[in-house]
Amino acid sequence: MSLLKLLVRAPLSAKFGMLVIVLYILVALFAPVLAPYGETQVVGEGFAPWSGEFLLGTDNLGRDMFSRLVFGARNTLGIAFLTTVLAFLLGGLSGLIAAIKGGWVDQGLSRLVDILMAIPQLIFALLILSVVGTTATSLVLVIALLDATRVFRLSRAVAMNVVVQDFVEAARLRGEGLWWLVAREVLPNAAAPLIAEFGLRFCFVFLFISALSFLGLGIQPPTADWGSMVRDNAVLITFGDISPLLPALAVALITVSVNFVVDWMLHKSSGLKEC
Amino acid sequence: MTVLNHEKPLLEIRDLHIEGHYEDAWHPLIKGIDLTLQRGEVLGLIGESGAGKSTLGLAAMGYTRDGCRITGGSVQFDGIDLLRAKPEALRKLRGLRIAYVAQSAAASFNPAHRLIDQHVETAVKNGGMSRAQAMAEAVELYRVLRLPNPEQIGQRYPHQVSGGQLQRVMTAMAMACHPDLIIFDEPTTALDVTTQIEVLAAIRDAVATYGSAAIYISHDLAVVAQMADRIMVLRHGKLVEEAETRKMLGDPQEDYTKSLWAVRSFRTEPKPCPAQEKPLLELRNSCASYGHQPVLHDVSLRLHRGQTLAVIGESGSGKSSTARLITGLLAPTSGQVLYDGEALPADFRQRSKEQLRRIQMIYQIPDTALNPRQRIVDIIGRPLTFYLGLKGKAMRARVAELLEMIELDPATFMERQPRELSGGQKQRVCIARALAADPQLIICDEVTSALDQLVAEGVLKLLNRIQQQLGVAYLFITHDVATVRAIADEVLVMQRGRVVDHGSRSAIFTPPHQDYTALLFSSEPQMDPDWLDRLLVSRTLPSSNSTLVNV
Repeated sequence: MSLLKLLVRAPLSAKFGMLVIVLYILVALFAPVLAPYGETQVVGEGFAPWSGEFLLGTDNLGRDMFSRLVFGARNTLGIAFLTTVLAFLLGGLSGLIAAIKGGWVDQGLSRLVDILMAIPQLIFALLILSVVGTTATSLVLVIALLDATRVFRLSRAVAMNVVVQDFVEAARLRGEGLWWLVAREVLPNAAAPLIAEFGLRFCFVFLFISALSFLGLGIQPPTADWGSMVRDNAVLITFGDISPLLPALAVALITVSVNFVVDWMLHKSSGLKEC
Repeated sequence: MTVLNHEKPLLEIRDLHIEGHYEDAWHPLIKGIDLTLQRGEVLGLIGESGAGKSTLGLAAMGYTRDGCRITGGSVQFDGIDLLRAKPEALRKLRGLRIAYVAQSAAASFNPAHRLIDQHVETAVKNGGMSRAQAMAEAVELYRVLRLPNPEQIGQRYPHQVSGGQLQRVMTAMAMACHPDLIIFDEPTTALDVTTQIEVLAAIRDAVATYGSAAIYISHDLAVVAQMADRIMVLRHGKLVEEAETRKMLGDPQEDYTKSLWAVRSFRTEPKPCPAQEKPLLELRNSCASYGHQPVLHDVSLRLHRGQTLAVIGESGSGKSSTARLITGLLAPTSGQVLYDGEALPADFRQRSKEQLRRIQMIYQIPDTALNPRQRIVDIIGRPLTFYLGLKGKAMRARVAELLEMIELDPATFMERQPRELSGGQKQRVCIARALAADPQLIICDEVTSALDQLVAEGVLKLLNRIQQQLGVAYLFITHDVATVRAIADEVLVMQRGRVVDHGSRSAIFTPPHQDYTALLFSSEPQMDPDWLDRLLVSRTLPSSNSTLVNV
């Protein structure tokens, strides 16, 4: 079935989700064009109300809220995406290798993951980040490592179902190397659930970064980021202004949208069966 | 089991149409079938997979699988219109008056509950029986079905009894409420031949004892011949032919029916064994175990170039373990594998590419043996690239040659994916993949048992032609006596991990037989409808009349 036909037949929720995701990506890509002011530019009084000049008012330091929201999409999305990709490369690959190799390799990797998973994720992240410092690089690496443990468990479980099939045994008996087994025999048959998990994991990472930012250990000022934007302007809520909730809304919207798409993809590819 | 035609039939299906939803469209599965079943009558449904047997069987309960719908016709059960009945009314009928016995009992029982609890559930819930009464009847049924230890077996969980026993427990369960109609959907297909006999005899006794009518679905004609009063042959959702069993067997009218009947007549010319020559493959006193559980005891075998060695035995006899030992997937605890006089490393990872290339394998289930994400050209081309270094045009040309050899049109099949192929075509692709490595020995592990008889015969003929052309040797693992009789040069009979009998085909099939071989051969169902009766008498099992029980 062609991709276009597939998209046309998608349920309404999935279409809505895809539309929102595409919008977010466009906003992230064209942030400098869309934003009327610079990311860190102080343009007026602090906490200015919504007006023609400042579409969504200004924040505590007098920076344009709308511009920061637009740039925030770029930073938050970008870092979350990078982190998820890293987590999948690390966790997905080691999960596949553990399933294919079995024995000591599997035991070693699995127990290591168990240890990492035994420590609550947020506390572990806070601990490491306060030790190594909160640069964007360390943030990405730490969250990627922590999330890789979850990806590892899934990819190992999915791959376990694939490696017992005869075609994998046939490839082993042919004398194929590990890389061929991973890339050609197992991965293509484990891809569907992994792709679905990618979307879900992306949401978690996204929320996690926002949570860390809210706690002050995420993306550091003056970089615009949705989590820290909520924290910075939280005081406005006391005055009945909903502006600080807008970044939170942006987070909620992308999370829901990604989940709509993921649900649909999971439905399309339930189990190992061909769609 | 007399058929009284003036009586109102128990089940009457008229002009039934059923459609199934796949690949985003509705396709007809049953195209207008009439079926009439009298009380106490046993009707056999025969046909290849996809003929609509199971769909029709389920429709007799007013049920269709998910993704199917009934688009026309009527199903009348004892005056009740099943297609228009309310769900509650149907639920009352099913289990009480209509029962269903599925092919895989292991997959149909809930593994978390004791057998007896599952047995009495319907009777107590809908049948108005007290629990004690239902349990007493269950024990009685277990006795009729000749289950060992009928008083206690119900206390076990499904995994604690054997496959054959579980199938009988399921039959007993179907009879718990003395239904008027039982639908048997391939109840013995997953069983070994020797176990099959017991289940067949038990089912027949039970049906006769309780006077139930039955629909018996199978692809094995010989089995249906033992069970049914009347046979319907189905193909592509249509009725091909219908007649009384004896008439059908003796005088089939349609070409398709005749081809089904003739399927067991294929024979190869046996090739004489070159005894003085060095054997291509030799196993010397090999033992192996899974963990602490020994699976092979002192197995020896010899296979010469261009010959076919058939290894026959029931499940658990160690035939597949022998194959795993030869391929290096299972390490022997003692003994060795000699290939062309040289000892092969026990672990396939230690074998050279050349050693791996010479021994190829064809699997039982072609669906799992082919990577669903690769095209046919990739699947067959990989061994060519891997072993022989063929790439690009040269590789494609060789793949085309191989496809020609397995009688598939290269232009059509090269770019296809496995899911676009039928079971028989997939198995042919597996054969081509094995041939691509240019091997001297191919291990065929039950290669025909997942295929329909006509398709299986085609695959056997193909394998035979390839052997004549290329001189490859086959180690042919099977549980089917007919296959051995058709293609083997040498035969090895295995039981519980030991070789119990071996010799050339003519020697093995000429009496006197060794005990176990005799048991195995006599268990192979014959087309003669009296075969089971005679067999039971000769085995001094209690015959059907002596087990009549009062209920």
